[in-house]
Amino acid sequence: MASAGGIRKLLAPRPERAPRGVPLRWVLTACVFVLTATLLGLALGPVDLGLAAVGREVLSHFPFLGVESSFSPTQDAILWELRAPRIALGLLVGAMLASAGAAYQGVFRNPLADPYLLGAAAGAGLGATVVIAYDVGGSGGADLRPVAAFVGATLGVGIAYLLGRSVGGRQTTTLILAGVTVAAFLTAVQTYVQQSSAETVQEVYSWILGQLETSGWTDVLIVLPYVALSSIVLLWHRRLLDVLAVGDDEASSLGVPVARVRLLVVAAATLGTAAAVAFSGLIAFVGIIVPHAVRLLVGTSYRLVLPLSLAFGAGFLVLMDLVARTVVAPAQLPIGVVTAFLGAPFFAFVLRTTRTVGP
Amino acid sequence: MTLRAEGVSVSLDGARVVDGVGLAVGEGEWLGLIGPNGAGKTTLLRAVAGLVAYSGSILLHGEEVASLGRRAVARRVAVVPQIPVIPPDTTVLEYVVLGRTPHLGYAGAPRPRDVVAARSALARLDGAHLVDRRLGSLSGGERQRAVLARAVAQDASLLLLDEPTSALDVGAQQQVLELVAALRADGGLTVLSAMHDLTHAGQYADRLILLDGGREQASGPPAEVLTERLIARHFGASVRVVSDEATGLAVVPLRPAVETEHPVS
Repeated sequence: MASAGGIRKLLAPRPERAPRGVPLRWVLTACVFVLTATLLGLALGPVDLGLAAVGREVLSHFPFLGVESSFSPTQDAILWELRAPRIALGLLVGAMLASAGAAYQGVFRNPLADPYLLGAAAGAGLGATVVIAYDVGGSGGADLRPVAAFVGATLGVGIAYLLGRSVGGRQTTTLILAGVTVAAFLTAVQTYVQQSSAETVQEVYSWILGQLETSGWTDVLIVLPYVALSSIVLLWHRRLLDVLAVGDDEASSLGVPVARVRLLVVAAATLGTAAAVAFSGLIAFVGIIVPHAVRLLVGTSYRLVLPLSLAFGAGFLVLMDLVARTVVAPAQLPIGVVTAFLGAPFFAFVLRTTRTVGP
Repeated sequence: MTLRAEGVSVSLDGARVVDGVGLAVGEGEWLGLIGPNGAGKTTLLRAVAGLVAYSGSILLHGEEVASLGRRAVARRVAVVPQIPVIPPDTTVLEYVVLGRTPHLGYAGAPRPRDVVAARSALARLDGAHLVDRRLGSLSGGERQRAVLARAVAQDASLLLLDEPTSALDVGAQQQVLELVAALRADGGLTVLSAMHDLTHAGQYADRLILLDGGREQASGPPAEVLTERLIARHFGASVRVVSDEATGLAVVPLRPAVETEHPVS
């Protein structure tokens, strides 16, 4: 057997390869997934634009290809002024919620952690509810809603963090307990404000359940820098999240400034999430199921989990939004309802078909 | 002198857990800390690793631990904790590569030479065949080898072992201690370990320090510290210390004065 040695050589582990980048097949899978979700999102809706026509329209904007668009001005407006910004926002929000969830799970070594758990959702909810219920800034608080939600989310997590730090003790557990405490308090205030202004309950409620309705590209451009900066910080820390998997003590003995890493990661994930929910409302569950589904596919190393959560989260939310705006068209479902309604059974299926799950 | 400590005290929640302990460990030496539960062994190790605030002085190669940065300490001291946190889905190679962390920049990715260092650490511990296994699938002995390999990959001159054999069967205990002894012999590694098994402490350490109530009660070569009187006094145990050419020193527990009448058949 002349080839046996050759085969063995091929199968032998390549010894000097550092475990660093994301394997090519996962890069390709993620790209195909995001691209497919985006194209479907652009083509489908109450007005069916047609996949091929959307493809031609997109390609017609590239010079030298000689592709002609077949779109009427109305179709053109639907695509570029309505759907495209909405899908861009979906990509950003999905990427942010999923990667922030993954980062929180790593930094707290807790499979259920995400920024919502530490008060981001409750704070954003309170902020938005106050401006809606008290009509701050006019037009049902519509203009100030994102700012109020952003400030609320940031303050919620900030207070939880300071409270947790001041208590001391075992940091991760204390912080989570502080977060749950702050969230419960803020939710109580939010519920009170909501109930005390009965005529706006409906609007508050639909904000809380999440929606990706944009007022065009402006919203996208406001969210973009936050998501970009936050993603860069989170991706930059992905190897340190792997070190934190051995616990605060051992990570310290490996030279990692644990408290500083945790603060930076929490701050980045929280700011990004706050910017995302400011425009999308409280879309549930994405920060939990996307990172766990990714872990079940590629293992637990944040080297892979963070970048892939980012990509799959982006595509996932666009697909969920597609469902939200098509199943009961011309009406829309709140996207938070869709993510939970479809996401939960999907996740249950993934859990049942694989062996373990962990942060 | 690799490690020199003087008048080290540590208070945890107001209780003085380590109280004015001094020690010196020369290059390539193995110093064993023994003592009953709560004697302060683990806390003393944590102070040496810079993981807990202390008063007094702990010098690593002449530099005060408290004034060295986290990373600088991690390059000099590798710690094998009593109960390591084991991420079950991590592969052994990924886990051992974590030992290279103090040699990388903040958030830096491991380079090919770090993987080489991790593989050679595993090889030195007879664990080369474990590289692709997941930690959760390893036996206790294999797992301890992975943890030791991570510490070796750290490339520190001082190895701190906190009860390195506490969860292992007698064969695996021996293997792990022999591996540490071999590392010390061929790598000039200095070892400071807390040990529960007094026989092993006597067989492997060059010198022993007996701690009780956070204070040093005795120190010196094993034969001077492992005496029936000291063990009775500080462990409340009745033992016989036997020593001969073949076994070296062995501490054998005796059943305390129980009537050992056997039923007559």
